[in-house]
Amino acid sequence: MKGYASWGRYPKAIPAMVYGPHWADELFPKDAHFLLPYGNGRSYGDSCLNDSGALLDMRGLDRFLSFDHSTGILRCEAGVLLADILALVVPMGWFLPVTPGTRFVTVGGAIANDVHGKNHHRTGTFGQHVQRLALRRSDQGVVLCSVTENADLFHATIAGLGLTGAILWAEIQLRPIANAAMDTETIRFSNLDAFFDLSGESDRDYEYTVAWIDCLAQGKFLGRGLFMRGNHATPQEKLPAPPGKTRGFPVDMPFPLVNVWSLRAFNSLYYRKQFAKMRRTITHYEPFFYPLDGVLHWNRLYGRRGFLQYQCVVPPESAKESIRALLEIIATARSGSFLAVLKVFGNRFSPGLLSFPRPGATLALDFPNQGQHTLDLLDQLDTIVASAGGAVYPAKDARMSGEHFRQYFPRWEEFQRYIDPRFSSSFWRRVTRT
Amino acid sequence: MRHILIVGATSAIAEATARRFAQEGDRLYLVARNPERLAAVASDLETRGATQVETMVLDANDTTKHSELITQAETTMGGLDTILVAHGTLSDQKACESSFDETLKELQTNCLSLISLLTHVANRFEEQKHGTIVVISSVAGDRGRQSNYVYGTAKAAVSTFLQGLRNRLYRSGVTVITIKPGFVDTPMTASFRKGKLWVSPEKISEGISRAIQRKSDVVYLPWFWKFIMVVIRLIPENFFKKMKL
Repeated sequence: MKGYASWGRYPKAIPAMVYGPHWADELFPKDAHFLLPYGNGRSYGDSCLNDSGALLDMRGLDRFLSFDHSTGILRCEAGVLLADILALVVPMGWFLPVTPGTRFVTVGGAIANDVHGKNHHRTGTFGQHVQRLALRRSDQGVVLCSVTENADLFHATIAGLGLTGAILWAEIQLRPIANAAMDTETIRFSNLDAFFDLSGESDRDYEYTVAWIDCLAQGKFLGRGLFMRGNHATPQEKLPAPPGKTRGFPVDMPFPLVNVWSLRAFNSLYYRKQFAKMRRTITHYEPFFYPLDGVLHWNRLYGRRGFLQYQCVVPPESAKESIRALLEIIATARSGSFLAVLKVFGNRFSPGLLSFPRPGATLALDFPNQGQHTLDLLDQLDTIVASAGGAVYPAKDARMSGEHFRQYFPRWEEFQRYIDPRFSSSFWRRVTRT
Repeated sequence: MRHILIVGATSAIAEATARRFAQEGDRLYLVARNPERLAAVASDLETRGATQVETMVLDANDTTKHSELITQAETTMGGLDTILVAHGTLSDQKACESSFDETLKELQTNCLSLISLLTHVANRFEEQKHGTIVVISSVAGDRGRQSNYVYGTAKAAVSTFLQGLRNRLYRSGVTVITIKPGFVDTPMTASFRKGKLWVSPEKISEGISRAIQRKSDVVYLPWFWKFIMVVIRLIPENFFKKMKL
């Protein structure tokens, strides 16, 4: 039987039942279990899990319903993967308005988590480009939602963690491109101040900006890394070839391959991967947006115990100090990941009641699951984020306290009114009942 | 560009295969019972690149409409060169054991309705001297087993019918392909426990495309079922009858 884990494979949860609807007209199963839609299992923690409840495996709803080549409006069922959309629309000169760091998420999942990407400072979140959606609810049947019809439910469903009903289909406004190429620059920077300078000067001219951080660097090198910025390329004479076949990480490692030695070696080498301080290249969009999608099942690298991802945002006023404090704790703990990512969000608020992105700087990285030690470390990080007035991303979380969640997302009570009476998740029970 | 008639177009295997046809830009004529589901499949295939998608809501058991259906498909697409027959139900063996009416219904859906369709199509293709007939049969037809012999009987009859048709139409340049899938993870088999031998409809559709390209005769999907079924057929009957299969 197919496994229904989350991407971090922590915590473990076993659904009592799994249903696989294939058609939008299928009703919910009649038994008494609480339901939760499950997309492609790319949420890291327990927001896609429903321990002892029932999952609705939405991948069977994977049809394109319409695509207007001239306006770029795509309507598709909720189980369609962003990868399928790209395969269809890129050759026709269109691209996703917003894409997260993996293209293997469903449209329903992208809406339910209101995902963001490297262009947040320009275009906001995924949910801001959804024009309309259909929701199946246990109490109201099929409800059409947009900013003009059932607007409250629409706004609750964006970043609604799948709790407001099952999204059946959605209409998304795509953005035009000239070709599949990206015009990119990679700039090495030696500390956190340099990062904020680069970010400040790049966000105006570059649609996409993000930085990789060496999370083990300390002292005057704290926060050093590589800054990546880019735009969709203008028409080119010669286009870069798409990357070859993806490879899968074959087996579960019996122990995590990520440890302080491998991490130190990787980070030092990666920081020096280019000789020049700045390198400009025209590249295919895949390696630019989805470096990790090249290795399927890369989560197996962390072994059977899995890993915890941590992504927070801290407000702009104190962003530099907060990020510095977070990085200091991580570097001292000698933990953290190959891929630590730092980005400055823009000022566009999403209408989603539980939307995570907000003005400020966001830091994301993962930690091999070392039990209590890891949980304690993340609690320490939460203390800083909470006192700065920031937030932690539910889609990536497996452990934040209910108290912190309610502080990070003050509209949670308002949101609660829109939850489908038959829906629940492991995450929701954890953060509202403890 | 091919002109393809698909009967049972909302079945998981047919839908997966039709997506491949759509990507090639073929013209498609889809037949299924449920109008909403048929419409969803049609818009998907259109978006994926099919040059033309037409639909007809029809229960394949309504054999009086078969001749008209084929004429319709031929006229609206401006020709007909391929048919994929994929409709069917997974019989409730226990219900069939206690009721002949139930058994007859299953044989009607999974065997007689196909034979009716194929009779019409065979004659058209024989006349035009080209065409490809692809039919989803099953490994279940290779040997009768207590757990699903009514379904197996229907599929065995279909496979044998196709054998004869292949032999008859060979001289007319018409290809007849029997597809025998093993365990496929589809809504039809939703209630089954899935082991290692189960595959997705996408995997099966890949095999179907290949079979059409190579003008194959009988194709087991995935390939290893050919060997499993050779072994199962080799077991002597006086031993086989004692097995719980």
